[in-house]
Amino acid sequence: MKLLAIETSNRPLSVAVLDDTKVLATTTTNVGRNHSSTLLPIIEKSISQAGLTADELDRVVVAAGPGSYTGLRIGVTTAKTLAFTLHKELVGLSSLAVLAGNIVTEGQLVAPLFDARRDNIFTGLYRIQAGQPVTELPDQHISVAEWCQQLAAYQESIVFVGSDVAQYADALQTQLGSQFVRAQPQLDLPQAVVLGLMGRTATPVAKIHDFVPNYLRLTQAEREWLAKHPKEDHAPYVEKI
Amino acid sequence: MEKQNLILAFESSCDETSVAVVADGQTILSNVIATQINSHKRFGGVVPEVASRHHIEEITICIEDALKEANVTYDDLDAVAVTYGPGLVGALLVGVNAAKTVAYAHHLPLIPVNHMAGHIYAARFVKPFEFPLMALLVSGGHTELVYMQADGQFEIIGETRDDAAGEAYDKIGRVLGVPYPAGKVIDEMAHQGQDTFNFPRAMIDEDNYDFSFSGLKSAFINTVHHADQIGETLDKNDLAASFQASVVDVLMSKTLRVLKEYPVKQLVLAGGVAANHGLRERLQAELPTKFPNTELLLAPLKLCGDNGAMIGAAGYIQYQHHQFGDASLNADPSLEFDWMPKMPH
Repeated sequence: MKLLAIETSNRPLSVAVLDDTKVLATTTTNVGRNHSSTLLPIIEKSISQAGLTADELDRVVVAAGPGSYTGLRIGVTTAKTLAFTLHKELVGLSSLAVLAGNIVTEGQLVAPLFDARRDNIFTGLYRIQAGQPVTELPDQHISVAEWCQQLAAYQESIVFVGSDVAQYADALQTQLGSQFVRAQPQLDLPQAVVLGLMGRTATPVAKIHDFVPNYLRLTQAEREWLAKHPKEDHAPYVEKI
Repeated sequence: MEKQNLILAFESSCDETSVAVVADGQTILSNVIATQINSHKRFGGVVPEVASRHHIEEITICIEDALKEANVTYDDLDAVAVTYGPGLVGALLVGVNAAKTVAYAHHLPLIPVNHMAGHIYAARFVKPFEFPLMALLVSGGHTELVYMQADGQFEIIGETRDDAAGEAYDKIGRVLGVPYPAGKVIDEMAHQGQDTFNFPRAMIDEDNYDFSFSGLKSAFINTVHHADQIGETLDKNDLAASFQASVVDVLMSKTLRVLKEYPVKQLVLAGGVAANHGLRERLQAELPTKFPNTELLLAPLKLCGDNGAMIGAAGYIQYQHHQFGDASLNADPSLEFDWMPKMPH
């Protein structure tokens, strides 16, 4: 199976082309958020470096969130459109699971996290089983303090991974004590190779048209509207005219 | 018959996702439009993040339907065109990235199109342009008089200094309790009322071609609030008629004046507010007698709002001049309205 993996959930950008478990080409950058300009040129280059054309791919795998809304939009729009237009399989995986997949210690608990501002994070808890991150607590948007309360119940060490761990390291260390273990910094960047290997065996989405990022949060406007209109029916919000 | 050039055109700059197939920049084979009005009605206006999310839901459906309705395959296409600005950045990103991906996957040239150029070329579907041409471009984001000496050459002769005309409609719509987007309903109300309030006609006598609608908006809101305070009920149809009379008077007077200084073969009316019947009727009534040598081209009602077909028409001009973008094309939310890139000045 020839596979293209795309990860643009946050500031890092990572693209990989795999042939089954063999890595043919990969590029990871960590230089900015201009993914809209850089993603497709890197995809083109990676596919041609792998000696392939887009048409020869069997599957597109994308990190579908959570993460930066803009980053997710670019990665998911590109992956969804490529799979749709060339009739390829499409797989979407958790951006947090991809990061957790950088840790390979069997049985280890891993907490990948992305900053969601104002002391909130996107995070989930994973346990490495048979070399794969398996969900222990689902991906969620939560305050650092509440998350620590949930993690304390585990009474075992948890490896925190992600570039945004640094800004919460003091709070996590204070609340979790020796449970808090910081991943080595070279593991903080999500790798499309890891995404590709996880996506190789995952079940493709049934309907590509329905595929959207997993933002994990409604927009502020929708949250406020729902609070004021709890009983109102959800109209079809988009109509063909 | 010579082979036609088919362009697959994308538009996602605001709250409509649209993909069209256009032949030779003049024949619409399909023009699929998914509108989000029902969603943004909840908030009284377009919420950018909500709009961006809807675009991702719709984009591949629109591509599929556009090809199906046009009865063509990717092999029949000659290029992909896309709006890359101006507009909402998150919304633009969806169209831009989808269009780039389709162009890459099927080895097609990519044409980056200015959204405002697209609005003007909506009138190209009525008949071929003859130059020089003047366009009155009125929408929710823009109010401009644009002079064109040739295809792809745009010179802004006058523009709004504050609110766009369409924006003023939406804002007074809120005061009248008319749901977003208010333009169509206020137009209908205006036809049932009289201009009794005599709102100001801002800048109407000034020696330039610029517009201002924020004073009108304030005068309108003050009138309604004052009546509320003294417990007086105003006739909403008369309010709408008075507001619309002021907008149309200003647009008409500036347009008729600009035509004196810039004699043109055609006057194009385009943009979302070009669907306004009050404005269309005034132009149809006055232009033939005052400027018998200037032909009026009204953008078709169905093509006044945002749509992919107009992007395909504007993109075809660029296609003929080989103005192509590449895989690094980005959205440009504040794209200036100027000559198309690389066009002769």
